[in-house]
Amino acid sequence: MRVLKLIFKNSLRHKLRTSLTILGLAIAVMAFGVLRTVLDMWNEGVEAAAANRLIARQAVSFIFPLPYSYRDKIAKIPGVETVSFANWFQGVYIDKNNFFARMAVDPETFFSVYPELLVNQKEFETFKQERNSCIVGAEIAKQYGFKIGDVIPIEGDIYPGKWEFVVRGIYQPRDKSTDATQMLFHWTYIDERIKQDMPGRAGQVGWYIIKIKDPAQAASISEQVDALFKNSPNATKTETERAFTQSFISGLNSLLQAMNFVSFIIIGIIMLVLGNTMIMSARERTREYAVLKTLGFSAGHLVGLILGESLLIAALGAGLGLLTTYPIVAGISAVMPKGFFPYFFVTPTTIILGASAALLVGFTASIFPIQRALRTRIVDGLRFLG
Amino acid sequence: MPNTLIDIKNLFKSYWRDSIEIPVLNDITLEVHDGEFLALMGPSGSGKTTLLNLIAGIDRPSKGSLTVSGTNIADLGESALAKWRSQHVGFVFQFYNLLPVLTAFENVELPLLLTSLSKAERKKHVELVLDVVGLGDRMHHYPKQLSGGQEQRVAIARAIVTDPTLLVADEPTGDLDKHSAEEILVLLDRLNQEFKKTIVMVTHDPRAAERATIQRHLDKGELS
Ligand SMILES: Nc1ncnc2c1ncn2[C@@H]1O[C@H](COP(=O)(O)OP(=O)(O)OP(=O)(O)O)[C@@H](O)[C@H]1O
Ligand SMILES: [Mg+2]
Repeated sequence: MRVLKLIFKNSLRHKLRTSLTILGLAIAVMAFGVLRTVLDMWNEGVEAAAANRLIARQAVSFIFPLPYSYRDKIAKIPGVETVSFANWFQGVYIDKNNFFARMAVDPETFFSVYPELLVNQKEFETFKQERNSCIVGAEIAKQYGFKIGDVIPIEGDIYPGKWEFVVRGIYQPRDKSTDATQMLFHWTYIDERIKQDMPGRAGQVGWYIIKIKDPAQAASISEQVDALFKNSPNATKTETERAFTQSFISGLNSLLQAMNFVSFIIIGIIMLVLGNTMIMSARERTREYAVLKTLGFSAGHLVGLILGESLLIAALGAGLGLLTTYPIVAGISAVMPKGFFPYFFVTPTTIILGASAALLVGFTASIFPIQRALRTRIVDGLRFLG
Repeated sequence: MPNTLIDIKNLFKSYWRDSIEIPVLNDITLEVHDGEFLALMGPSGSGKTTLLNLIAGIDRPSKGSLTVSGTNIADLGESALAKWRSQHVGFVFQFYNLLPVLTAFENVELPLLLTSLSKAERKKHVELVLDVVGLGDRMHHYPKQLSGGQEQRVAIARAIVTDPTLLVADEPTGDLDKHSAEEILVLLDRLNQEFKKTIVMVTHDPRAAERATIQRHLDKGELS
């Protein structure tokens, strides 16, 4: 308690220097927090992908469709539990900036292959019965004020024309990483209209989602699916959802690695900032430390004094930095179109990492000053002239 | 004859700089008795501060014996020596050496933090000694709000607050004007006469030395 007061008073001695140091630490910790959050966002996306789901897509490119007829053939492969499918519908809801995923799905199977999308039974039943109905994620329901019975008009682009969907259900995300920003409607509703307008494009699905019984069989089932259509014009490429998500991200891999690296460089910078301040302070106080030793204060007292000050500054900087991370992350996610990054939030791990990094920095920054204070003999310290 | 408080026999001290030995004190023998007020004089660089530091236990002799209030302090380990200092010696420096972030009260309280005294007891002691040095009304001033003479009086209060047997002062008036210097000397005199403190004071100032009961001269590390 007694030393605490001196620590406080010491750290307030150069108010400007201490404030700048704390500010520097705060900015660095905040940058660290934001970077880690962005990294987490990507990784969460991969983590959220289930290991018991396979995605079969057109082998050449994701943008080419597959025939609807594949559905039954895939379903016959042993080990396959459910085959579902979806089409990327896109379209525009009032304004191009209102971005959220809009997909035509198979109402019977889609929610059973995605158990993390929670929808109540009654809503689900009405949804299945009405061909032009849709189910929306809780997050976009909240954002755009969609309620049961509302009609959502969509201006088609991939599927031209004006479309209208009646909201018949709102699904809740099961996990924090579950995407609650999708709008899902009947594939058959789309396909029937396409059959009349553009017969050549009817009977096509964007990709198949295959729920398998045993994740260990993922590789062998994937191979079997691809083997089925190997010599057709529409060969497939089947992989686990996780691998599929990863291949999306893989283009960004080096960027992510760079960001990871930068986030640790930032820790190094914090260390230098605080280290510099502590070394300057300790140097100025050489004589005072000698006086304290003269009065009988022990090495332990000096360690407490210097380490305490270093930790105090580090803690204030980290606290401020972590606190500002939240509004910054919220700000970034607010300006980003909804649905691009459904997993954008500060994880406890980021907070713990940031806080322990600051703690570590506090310790490290005090090593040299402590060494110096302990090594300086009293007589030399007393002769020291700033 | 009063007790011998400081007993120095054939004391040598050299400093080492880049493996070159710089002899500073050469075969010093000195006795100081309880209640004496010794003034150490001598030219600059003669080793006065060095001798004072040895007596006060903040430096170690190269050779010889150094007994202060019955303890051969040359033999004490680092932490034992620190403890011994806090119990037996009060320090007064030329440049006061108060901690600038602490008030007069807190500076004086500092040595008491190492004792088992309660907060209330510490307060009583601190107020008492600040009254002795005539600064009872300046307790909550910071060093930079005080004059040099007042700072030195705070330093003296800090030196006597633990009631040590021995007071060492290294040119306590060296940085003060004539008037303030006089006040400090009167105070030291009083501490010696009234409170029976044994004082060893290094000084250049002959008028300061006159206050002392004994004067010794140091020249090129030899005492006369
Ligand atoms: N810590 C030290 N390291 C190396 N040399 C020292 C140290 N302290 C003193 N000396 C040297 O020892 C000699 C005596 O120094 P000391 O400070 O004891 O002299 P002094 O009599 O107090 O002088 P002054 O009147 O100028 O204060 C000087 O030559 C000084 O350079
Ligand atoms: Mg000197």
